[in-house]
Order: sequence, then structure tokens, then C-alpha cells
Amino acid sequence: MLTRELERLENLLDPWREFDRINSDLFEMMSPARCEFPPVNMWKNDEKAMVTVEIPGVEPEGVEIEVTGDTLTFRFERKPEELKEGETYTRKERWYGQFSRSIELPFNVQADKVVAKFSKGILYMELPRAEAEKPKKISVKVE
Amino acid sequence: MAETVKDISRKNRKTYSPAVDILETTNNILLTADMPGVDEKSVDITVEKNLLTIHGMIDPTVHDNVETAVNEYGIGDYQRVFTLTDEIDRDNIKATVRNGVLKLVLPKSEKARARKIEVISEA
Repeated sequence: MLTRELERLENLLDPWREFDRINSDLFEMMSPARCEFPPVNMWKNDEKAMVTVEIPGVEPEGVEIEVTGDTLTFRFERKPEELKEGETYTRKERWYGQFSRSIELPFNVQADKVVAKFSKGILYMELPRAEAEKPKKISVKVE
Repeated sequence: MAETVKDISRKNRKTYSPAVDILETTNNILLTADMPGVDEKSVDITVEKNLLTIHGMIDPTVHDNVETAVNEYGIGDYQRVFTLTDEIDRDNIKATVRNGVLKLVLPKSEKARARKIEVISEA
């Protein structure tokens, strides 16, 4: 096999790097977040929430995003390569298929004002908090 | 090798090993790697002797005035090293990046292709 030796030296070059990798893989496997795919990151303040998802190789036209109240749902697909006669995988680590995930947001959002961008394989969503739920500042009048 | 300030600051960052698919076709080896956040400007591919290194650099976006609410995945550079056999034509490796996916075409050398044909004819 032509690629048999591919990567043979990868681990020999730096065994500590490999150790780190196994260690972090184990850590990630044991964390509860591992159960859901794809993993997300989220940031928030009083005004908005921001969510990012890494979905490289997905065509952005096929990504569906839905927001209801405080629930964000997104769906996407990455199609497998169609193999021609005589083509074989010697290594297959990447994910394929249709995926959907719902996450709970920290507050209700204005669904019509959600902004979504897709760049370099990362889906970025900005979700403004519903006006009615924003904390109100009450100024104190001086008598 | 001289280190730049950028190199040193990168040392504290995590480096991830990207998931790859390797597909063998009649004339090529196709290597596909998931490297979200990387584009054609931030990827480096080097061949040194029989080692092929793919390296992707990420500029992590710093979001101001927000706090982290959910943190399920880490962000960092990508690196992975592969050993090439002599049957790869090193001078004609081609790379493209699209939507955070790196695709490498590693052509088999004329010699390797000829050898393959020979084997088939003997069978």
C-alpha cells in the first residue's frame, strides 16, 4: 500500500505531543459536552448571545437555522465523496452525514434580528436578546 | 532556526491534530484535512526530505464585553506530519483550501504508476 507509511514518524518526532493529544482526547471524551455533535461555543452579555460552530466543508446554502424563544436549532449536511472505480480510503477520520442540534440560549431572542455568517468553515450566529427581557436601568431622580 | 515574537507567543497556544481522510486513486493520493478557521493565507505546507507537514494558523477572535457561556471546543493552530513514500512526486503536490477544508493532491510518480501497470499485467 502506497500510504502505508504515511504518518509513521508523526508520533516518533515528538512523543510528548502525542501524550498531550491522548490526554486531551481522553479529557474531552469524559466531559459531558462530548455527547452532542457538533460542539458549540457561546458568549453572552446583557444585549446578545454569540454562538460559533465548526462545520468545515459544509456548503452554507444548506445550513438551516431556527430560533424559537430561547432555543436555537441548526441543521446541516456534509456529503461523502463519491468514490470512482478503483478508489479506496486508506484513512477516514472525517465526519459525514446530516446533523442537527438544538441548544438552549440564556434568554429569549428576537428571531427576526438573528445574524448568521459562515466563514472558513465556521458558522457564527449573533442573537440579540428580546427587548422585553433586557435589564432596564432605572435612573434615580434627584428631588 | 530564528524565532520571531509571533512564534514565541504561539508556543503557549494549543495545537490540534486535524482529522484527515486519505483517498488513493489511480494516479494520486488525495489528502483532505478539516481545519476550520484556516484559509489559503494561513496554511503552510512543507516537504522536507520524506516528511510532509501541514500547519494551519488561527487568529482567535477576541470578543469584547462578553462572558463565556458555553465552551465545548478549543481553538488553536493545526499541525500534522506525514511520511511520504518514494512513490510520491514531491515537486507536483497541489493544495487548495475552501470552507476550512484543506485538500492536497499528491501525484504518484511516473515510476510508481508504471510499476502498478506492470503488476496488473502479470496477474
